[in-house]
Amino acid sequence: MTENAAVEVQKASRVYGAGSSAVRALDEVSLTIRRGEFFTLLGPSGCGKTTLLRLIAGFETPTTGQILIDGKDVSQTPPNQRRVNTVFQSYALFPHLTVSQNIGFGLEMLGRPRAQIKDAVARMLALVKMEKMADRRPQMLSGGQQQRVALARALAPEPEVLLLDEPLSALDLKLRKEMQLELKRLQTETGITFVFVTHDQEEALTMSDRIGVMSAGNLLQVGAPREIYNRPVNRFVADFIGETNFLTATIRNGIPRLSNGEAVQAKGPARLDGKTVTLAVRPEQVRIDPEGPIHATIAQTVYFGTDTHCHLRLADGTELVARLQSPPSGDIGLKAGEKVRIGFVPGAVQMLEG
Amino acid sequence: MARRDFSVSALPGFGTIAVIAFVLLYAPIVTMVIYSFNDSESVALWGGFSTRWYAAAWENTQVQEATIRSLIIAVSAALIATTVATMAALGTTRRGKFKGQTIIYIMINQPLMVPEIVTAVALLIFFAAIKVATGIQGLGYLILAHSAFCVPFAYLPIRARLEGMDMTLETAAADLYASPWQTFRRITLPLLAPGIAAGAMLSFVISLDDVIITEFVKSAGQDTLPTYMLGQLRRAVTPEVNAISTALLVLTVLLLTAFFLLTRRRG
Ligand SMILES: Nc1ncnc2c1ncn2[C@@H]1O[C@H](COP(=O)(O)OP(=O)(O)O)[C@@H](O)[C@H]1O
Ligand SMILES: [Mg+2]
Repeated sequence: MTENAAVEVQKASRVYGAGSSAVRALDEVSLTIRRGEFFTLLGPSGCGKTTLLRLIAGFETPTTGQILIDGKDVSQTPPNQRRVNTVFQSYALFPHLTVSQNIGFGLEMLGRPRAQIKDAVARMLALVKMEKMADRRPQMLSGGQQQRVALARALAPEPEVLLLDEPLSALDLKLRKEMQLELKRLQTETGITFVFVTHDQEEALTMSDRIGVMSAGNLLQVGAPREIYNRPVNRFVADFIGETNFLTATIRNGIPRLSNGEAVQAKGPARLDGKTVTLAVRPEQVRIDPEGPIHATIAQTVYFGTDTHCHLRLADGTELVARLQSPPSGDIGLKAGEKVRIGFVPGAVQMLEG
Repeated sequence: MARRDFSVSALPGFGTIAVIAFVLLYAPIVTMVIYSFNDSESVALWGGFSTRWYAAAWENTQVQEATIRSLIIAVSAALIATTVATMAALGTTRRGKFKGQTIIYIMINQPLMVPEIVTAVALLIFFAAIKVATGIQGLGYLILAHSAFCVPFAYLPIRARLEGMDMTLETAAADLYASPWQTFRRITLPLLAPGIAAGAMLSFVISLDDVIITEFVKSAGQDTLPTYMLGQLRRAVTPEVNAISTALLVLTVLLLTAFFLLTRRRG
């Protein structure tokens, strides 16, 4: 057991169905979520994020592997005996109870005294700024308000871990931005471990202490946002998070070279000599540079206000995007068909195996 | 401009047919209601307005006894049928698809499909055997028989309600530390209540109205209101039967209105 771990997932698999129609929703995933952190599970729809949350909450039992909460194996513990609460994607507020009764439900089930429940409900209402709505039914609230009530209801019993399954996906853009800040504030104020699920990479990057990137039932990479963004472990992660250019190169004497022999400024481990690798470089790390080692042709420039995106074509036909800061005049001074040389910011090129 | 969607009501003759259907449905009922206030002894000749047949029925001890018996049977049957139907509905909807599900649906709804007379004969023979074997008499047989054929009527609205219920709510309750029993008591049951009430009312009305099965299963002196009325019609037809029918009609309409209000409002 790891000191300071709120949740440990040990080689957990979850298979739905049997025989030829079996779906392996989660494939031997191992993960440690630290106490008090804002952890995000990020991945495309259907990659197993909800399944992992349901295993932690106890709505499902792992087909193989273990779930530890606070160091104790809870793989077979029913959800009502785990100190974990969930904010459901659909909110799942009880329609026959008022906002206050919804928020107090967890504490009531825990058998807390009435006075304590009343205090906690009042505190939670204030925390999510819903004091005026205390006696309303959930149906009378807007989507954003229901969201806050769902949050307050899950936070009221002061769980060890709060699970949030794409809680913001039903909100419009403006409200979503507001709620992102709000969630981050609540997490900091309460100090509760948050496990947040999203398929929105920007949301993951801005809110999380750490991110786990998932694909097809596997956890591909776990790390801080900067780490995930700047040092993706494979092509999937690089592609899923932000925009990325991919180049194919062959390592010769420790230097990756494009098919026409042009060298790319990147370090390649000698053990990969002779191997073909994929290089990833972010558009903002590409420079138009008369001294640059690589020849390219401008295919198109697209003005985005602060940035101008410059679409380039290399000698081997590879397409590349350079994101350049627009000059004060707004005109970057490059025309389609123009021949240029490009280079990459030192240290910006990532070598990927996948 | 109005949209010119296809509508049956725009077909020629639709209005006429609708009017005829309504007349056929309601003319006899209206006549019955009007003649229940007839002062004359005859059921066909109008002799002025009076409520004397209501008074007569109210004072008739046979009517009183039959009414009480009908109410006891209908209330008991509604309670039993609703309980059984609730459990059946929970069992058939609160889990994934399982083997034999269709068979179970068919079995639960069997009384809706088998001719009532067949059920009546079967019950008669079955209960006769039990009576001989145990020597037990009483209203229990009628209550059981009514419960049996009321189950599908109670089951349908309850199952509809359960199927429309968001199962995440129960998951959420478990997440908030509710035990399975607490989840049922605090979440499932209250949300199911309108369906259960609707099922109970429908069962009550169906039981109150039954003639065929009651006629076969009842022992001597166990007349319910409908079988009493049938017996009366075999002798002299008096406007008293009209009065009783009208009273039953009012009760039924009230209950069915409540039923529709309960089942219409969702969530
Ligand atoms: N109850 C279930 N029965 C069968 N397959 C399921 C079930 N739940 C999820 N799956 C499958 O498991 C995979 C992962 O689903 P899920 O965890 O919901 O993904 P995500 O939340 O990342 O969109 C999907 O292929 C989905 O179809
Ligand atoms: Mg999901």
